[in-house]
Amino acid sequence: MTPAHAQPVMEARGLVKRYGQVTALDGADFELLPGEVLAVIGDNGAGKSTLIKALTGAIVPDSGEIKLDGQVVHFRTPIDARRHGIETVYQDLAVAPALDIASNLFLGREQRRSGVLGTVFRMLDKPAMRRRAAQQMAELKIGLRSLTQAVENLSGGQRQGVAVARAAAWAEHMVIMDEPTAALGVKESGQVLDLIRRIRDRGLPVVLISHNMPHVFEVADRIHVQRLGRRVAVVKPDEHSMSEVVAVMTGALTIDASDQAVVVDQEAATAAGVRPTGKE
Amino acid sequence: MATTTAPPEPAAPADIPPPSLRQRLLSGSTLGPLAALIIACAFFSLRTDRFLTGGNFSLIIQQVMVVGTLAIGQTLIILTAGIDLSNGAIMALSSIVMTRLAVHSGVPPLLALLIGLAVATAFGLANGLLVTRVPLPPFIVTLGMLNIAFALTHIYSQEQTVTGVPSLLTALGNTFTLGDTDITYGSIVTIGLFLLFAYLLGQTAWGRHVYAVGNNPEAARLTGIPTNRVLVGVYATAGLVYGIAALLSVARTGVGDPQAGQTDNLDSITAVVLGGTSLFGGRGTVLGTLIGALIVGVIRNGLQLIGVASIYQTLITGILVILAVTIDQVSRRRSR
Repeated sequence: MTPAHAQPVMEARGLVKRYGQVTALDGADFELLPGEVLAVIGDNGAGKSTLIKALTGAIVPDSGEIKLDGQVVHFRTPIDARRHGIETVYQDLAVAPALDIASNLFLGREQRRSGVLGTVFRMLDKPAMRRRAAQQMAELKIGLRSLTQAVENLSGGQRQGVAVARAAAWAEHMVIMDEPTAALGVKESGQVLDLIRRIRDRGLPVVLISHNMPHVFEVADRIHVQRLGRRVAVVKPDEHSMSEVVAVMTGALTIDASDQAVVVDQEAATAAGVRPTGKE
Repeated sequence: MATTTAPPEPAAPADIPPPSLRQRLLSGSTLGPLAALIIACAFFSLRTDRFLTGGNFSLIIQQVMVVGTLAIGQTLIILTAGIDLSNGAIMALSSIVMTRLAVHSGVPPLLALLIGLAVATAFGLANGLLVTRVPLPPFIVTLGMLNIAFALTHIYSQEQTVTGVPSLLTALGNTFTLGDTDITYGSIVTIGLFLLFAYLLGQTAWGRHVYAVGNNPEAARLTGIPTNRVLVGVYATAGLVYGIAALLSVARTGVGDPQAGQTDNLDSITAVVLGGTSLFGGRGTVLGTLIGALIVGVIRNGLQLIGVASIYQTLITGILVILAVTIDQVSRRRSR
């Protein structure tokens, strides 16, 4: 576990984003600590995807500030965020299916040969890229027969593995994964969750956006609960039950300053399966 | 492997063999077209002695040189999941511009040539900007541009064929002798262009980006590839290649012909498709297109030699196109 006083890798305060009448983010806070897997959960419309978009530069918040390693940053585009070492894995398997694995890993960041071949003839260094791709896949224990096969010939889990490996390869600060298991079967989801742990164990913090509570509880160190455009709680999966966390998500419970669950709406809390005593 | 520091972990499997030639041919799906070309050549060699000669092959290359060069630009555009209906018309306009300026306006031939190339490039650039900035579907943009370029060609040429073209503009029609075969310089330019673009597509980051943009534009954008810039570059580059095709056309016929290239747009698509490039974008090779253009050329030439009426050449080409697209579709479905 990460000590609580460690400087956050990323920190956001009071993020606001309005779309016309709709307030998607209403003073949202965010904090990612070094070496953790932070799950971000919330009901539909709670503002989790807007939050993530603000953190990755896909949208610019109306107000609030974002700090990376204690420095205020202003991301205007996802490319900005990437330049700051933030890599995002998208839900819809953002790979180029006809290209091979090594090409996908290096897409947009191709390496050129050294010397005249690279500078004048702009020649790709395919052997070096294949070597580094193989190394990366081996480190993350993603087993593949050959790196020269087209990504379209892989299973859904392996494809997601390629997308995750690419993110892990280039991220210097953090990896954000948006519903990485949504399109996958049980076994493949398990592989991706293992992958998330391995990335964390290599020292990269991971933000996991997921609807899948069992997955969140299996892999997260802390859980950021988003509700009505704000962060309403940060809980540890070993201190609160899944039904309590769901109840917080829906507003039936709140978590007070001393980390105790407080019932707001007894009926809803009971419906969510939380025992009347609240805590544990 | 995060950019600077090498990871301490070991684990890199000792050697990853590069893909074998066989894998590469298969993956580029050029194997089928190549087989078709070889079968066609074998067939005609058996039917007539006049087919398998250096002179006849030199002739075939001259016959496919203009459409083949247009098909290079077409390949680039189809790889990005686009299509270009305007290439023949752009070529005709470019050839009229370069010949008319030189012959009727007294512009120095070299300058006239450069202006002709610039006009073709500008039309390609306009296609690219309309496809990316508005944005409009490539089919519609290039259909409109086909009409515009066609009309401008006829307006500017006043329906007159430009004769008395200066020798600089026809120099690529000259020949040199290799063994006992006369080869035009234009053939060499065409083959050189194919090799150049095979290199650019296969060995440079730009090539990768062209494939990625055609294959999954959203993924390409998210990895930081400037997809619009790649697309505009592809269309403008194709335009320049059409300008070179215009020069080849002038060199081959010796005149500036406003009627040139009227079916070349479809013929270039035929060559691209026969070469195994997918109309859905992201798959295919420019060398496949060369093979596709040669298939058309060989069939046309061979049937002529054995005395089959030219309408059968068209019939066979049509069947082959449908066959090629069917193979593409089936192989795509299987890879899902």
